[in-house]
Amino acid sequence: MTKIDSKIPQGPLERKWTNYKDHQKLVNPANKRRLDVIVVGTGLAGASAAASLGELGFNVLNFCIQDSPRRAHSIAAQGGINAAKNYQNDGDSVYRLFYDTLKGGDYRAREANVYRLAEVANSIIDQCVAQGVPFAREYGGLLDNRSFGGAQVSRTFYAKGQTGQQLLLGAYSALSRQVNQGSVKLYTRYEMLDLVIIDGRARGIIARNLVTGKVERFSAHAVVIGTGGYGNTFFLSTNAMGSNGSAVLQCYKKGAYFANPCFAQIHPTCIPIHGEFQSKLTLMSESLRNDGRIWVPKKKEDAEAIRAGKLKPTQLKEEDRDYYLERRYPAFGNLVPRDVASRAAKERCDAGFGVGSGLAVYLDFSDSIKRLGMKTVEERYGNLFQMYEKIVDENPYETPMMIYPAIHYTMGGIWVDYELMTSIPGLFSIGEANFSDHGANRLGASALMQGLADGYFVLPYTIQNYLSDQIGVPRFSTDLPEFQQAENEINEKIAKLMSINGKRSVDSIHKELGHIMWDYVGMGRTKESLETALKKLKEVKKEFWSNVRIPGEPNTLNVELEKALRVADFLEIGYLMALDGLNRNESCGGHFREEYQTPDGEALRDDEHYSYAACWKYIGEDQDPELIKEPLDYEFVQRQQRNYKA
Amino acid sequence: MEKNININLKVWRQKGPKAKGAFETYKLDGISVDSSFLEMLDILNENLINEGKEPVVFDHDCREGICGMCSLYVNGHPHGPDEDITTCQLHMRKFKDGETITVEPWRSAGFPVIRDLMVDRTAFDKIIQAGGYVSVNTGGIPDANAIPISKIDADEAMDSASCIGCGACVAACKNGSAMLFVSAKVSQLALLPQGRIEAARRAKAMVAKMDELGFGNCTNTAACEQECPKNISISNIARLNREFLKAKLAD
Repeated sequence: MTKIDSKIPQGPLERKWTNYKDHQKLVNPANKRRLDVIVVGTGLAGASAAASLGELGFNVLNFCIQDSPRRAHSIAAQGGINAAKNYQNDGDSVYRLFYDTLKGGDYRAREANVYRLAEVANSIIDQCVAQGVPFAREYGGLLDNRSFGGAQVSRTFYAKGQTGQQLLLGAYSALSRQVNQGSVKLYTRYEMLDLVIIDGRARGIIARNLVTGKVERFSAHAVVIGTGGYGNTFFLSTNAMGSNGSAVLQCYKKGAYFANPCFAQIHPTCIPIHGEFQSKLTLMSESLRNDGRIWVPKKKEDAEAIRAGKLKPTQLKEEDRDYYLERRYPAFGNLVPRDVASRAAKERCDAGFGVGSGLAVYLDFSDSIKRLGMKTVEERYGNLFQMYEKIVDENPYETPMMIYPAIHYTMGGIWVDYELMTSIPGLFSIGEANFSDHGANRLGASALMQGLADGYFVLPYTIQNYLSDQIGVPRFSTDLPEFQQAENEINEKIAKLMSINGKRSVDSIHKELGHIMWDYVGMGRTKESLETALKKLKEVKKEFWSNVRIPGEPNTLNVELEKALRVADFLEIGYLMALDGLNRNESCGGHFREEYQTPDGEALRDDEHYSYAACWKYIGEDQDPELIKEPLDYEFVQRQQRNYKA
Repeated sequence: MEKNININLKVWRQKGPKAKGAFETYKLDGISVDSSFLEMLDILNENLINEGKEPVVFDHDCREGICGMCSLYVNGHPHGPDEDITTCQLHMRKFKDGETITVEPWRSAGFPVIRDLMVDRTAFDKIIQAGGYVSVNTGGIPDANAIPISKIDADEAMDSASCIGCGACVAACKNGSAMLFVSAKVSQLALLPQGRIEAARRAKAMVAKMDELGFGNCTNTAACEQECPKNISISNIARLNREFLKAKLAD
C-alpha cells in the first residue's frame, strides 16, 4: 500500500506558511545560475513562475504551443480575481476567503493549501498594480470591487470583462523582461510530448517543434507543468481549441498521480449549443449574475410557446416568470456557486421549462437597466453584450440572453503536495494543471488567484527546498540513454499514428468522445451511466487507434498530427474521469451522482467514506490504475452540508 | 432561424516561407449562416481530410476574440467585413448565398508566412521584450491602494491595454507599420504612475526595436484604427510620438 505524504507544515493554520518559509532551504544567488528549470506553459501560472524564477536568477526554459506566450488561455478569463483586501469594509478577511473557498469546494480540498492561497492573494493584487495592470477604479482613485458566486462580500478585482487578459499581459510583461535579460529562454510553438526521468527524478522533456515537426530533447534540474486543464476532453467546452491535457497525462504515465479526475466544473452561463458544426462554447462571465436575473417560464405552455416562436420572453408577465435561483436559494439568489446554478438550470430544462432549443434559460438585464440605466450596464458588461450579439444575432439590451451550462474548468489534475511537487521528485505542477486548492468545485474569480499565487508566491519558494541539494549536480547531457529512449518512444508513437491511415478525421472521433462524456460523465452521473461510459470509451479508443486518418507528413508542420496526439490522451483522460466518478459514491461540488442527493435535490456528501483525494497511479497500458487515497483531515473547520438558502 | 448558403472560397495556399503560393478555389454547399467563419473553415478541412488532402493551415485558439491568435485577410479586410471583431467572431450571416470569399494571410514584411494562412508574429514579442513592461520584481510591493490613480487615466490605460496583439494593424497598413501596436503599450504604461518612471526609456527602446525588425513608418492613413478589432485609437500614436520626442529631446 503506497503512503502519501502531503508535507503539511506543523502549527496553527495561520502560521503554517510562515513557518514553512522560515525553515525551508534556499539556494544562494551564485548557485541559482547553475540550475536549469523547465516551465511548460505560459498562462497565468506558467508565465508568473517563469518570470519569478528568472528574477531570482535561475536559468529558465519556458515552453508554449501558441505563437506567443501572451495567447495562453488564461487570457480569456473574464470576470475577475479574488483577494481579501477588505477595501469595501464589508467584513472580508483572509479567514473568510479561506472559508468560502473551502466551503465552495464542498470540503474536498486541503485546509492548509487553501489557507495559504487566501493568505497570498492580497500580494497578487499589489503585484499586478505595480506591473501596470489597469484594474477598474472608483472616482476617488482607489480600486473597485464586485461580487462573485459563493461569497457575501465584494472581493473581486476586475479590469472590465477582460481581467484574465490584463493579468496575463502583466505576467507576460514580467516574462518578457526576463527574456530580455537572458534569464528565460522562450520556446514558442513547441509542444511537450514526454517527461524524461533519470534515477527517479524529473530531468527533462521531449518536445515537438510544431513548425518544423522535429522532436527535440531538453534537460533541466527540475520540471514545472503549468499547462492548464483537460476540459476539452468533452470536445465542446469554453476552453481554447488548443487547450489540452497531454502534458498532464504524460506525467501521469511516468508515475505522477492523477488526483480527482472526475471533478470538472460546468459553468452555468454559456451561450447554448446551436449546431453540429459547432467548435466551441462561449462563456458569458459569472459577473453578469451580479446584475442579471435568471429565469424560465412558470408555466409549461408558455415555455412551449416560446420554443415554438409564438411568444417572446419580453411579453411574459412578471408573475409568469420563475426566478428559480432566487426562489430556491434566497440568501445567495443568483450568486450561488457554479455547480449549484448549473444543476438548477438542468433541472428546470429537464422538467420541460427550458427555452430556445429547450436547453436554455434566460439571463435577464431588464431590471438592472431600469435600476442603473443603460449607460452603467454598458460600462460594466458592454464587451460581453457585444460578444453575445455577434454570436447569437440578438440584442441582449432588448431581449434576455439565453444561457446554458458548459464544461469550463477542471479541478482535478496532477497530485501535488504542499510544496506543489508531484509524486515524482523534481516534477512540480501549478495552476489548473494540478489538482489544486478548489476541492470539488471552484468559486468564480479563484482560478486567476490560484494560478498567480502558485506562480508568483508559492513555487518560487518551495522549488528551492528541492533544488537546494541539487547545486552539485552538473547540467545533464541530452545524449543520455533516458533521453534517447524517450525520444524513440515518441517517434514510434507518431509513426504508428501516421500509419493507421483510416477513414475518420481526428475531429470526428473527438466529437464522438465529447458526446460520450457529456451524456454519461456530465452534469448528472449515475453508476449505470459511468459504467456505460467506460465501455463506450474503450470502443472509441479502439476506433481511434484503428481508423483515424492523418494527412501529410510527420516531420513538418502538421496540425492534424498535433490534434491526434492530444485526442489520444483525451481518450485516456476521459476514461480516468469516468473511473474516478464511479469510485466516488457520493455527490460533492461538480461531481453529482444522481443516486446521492438530499430530498430537495442538493449534493449529498459522504464524509465518512469519501473524505479523501483520489490519487490514481498508472500501472500499465490498458489496465485500470491503482487508487491511492490521501485522507483529508479537517482540523480547523467544521464541515457542514453546503447551505446557500439561508 | 436556420438558413444555409452556398459559397465559393478562394484560399491562399503556400507550402512554406520561401515557397511560391497560389490561390485554390473550393466550393462549399449548405453552410449554416449561424456558423462562425472558422467553423466554415473547419468544415472545409473536414472535407479535405476525407478526400485525403492536406487541410488548410490557419492560426486560431480561443475562438472568442481575446487571444489574438486568429488572423486572416477576408475579402480585403483584416478579420473580415464585420466591425470590431476578430475573424473567429465573424459569422457566415455576413455573407451572401453564392458569394465568392477570398481568404489570404496577413501580408507584411514583419510577418513571414509559415504555411498557407499561418504567419510568424514573433516580432511583436521581441518589441515587448525590448521594453514593454514596468521593471519590478515579484514581491516587496506596497499596497495596491497606496497610489490612487484617476479613474479617467485608469480607464484610458485600460482602453490602450485592450490590444490583443493580433497584428491586424500591420496587415492593414500600406507601410506595414507596427505603430498602433507599439503605441498602445507605450500609452497604457505612460498613463499610469507605475509605468511613468520608465516612460522615456520604454518609448525609445520599443521604437528602435520596431525599426530594426523591418516594420514601416506611420503616414497617418488611420487604416490601422479602422481595422483594429479592439478599437485601439490612433490617439495612442500621437501619445507615443510625444513620449518619443520628449525622450529624444532629453538626450
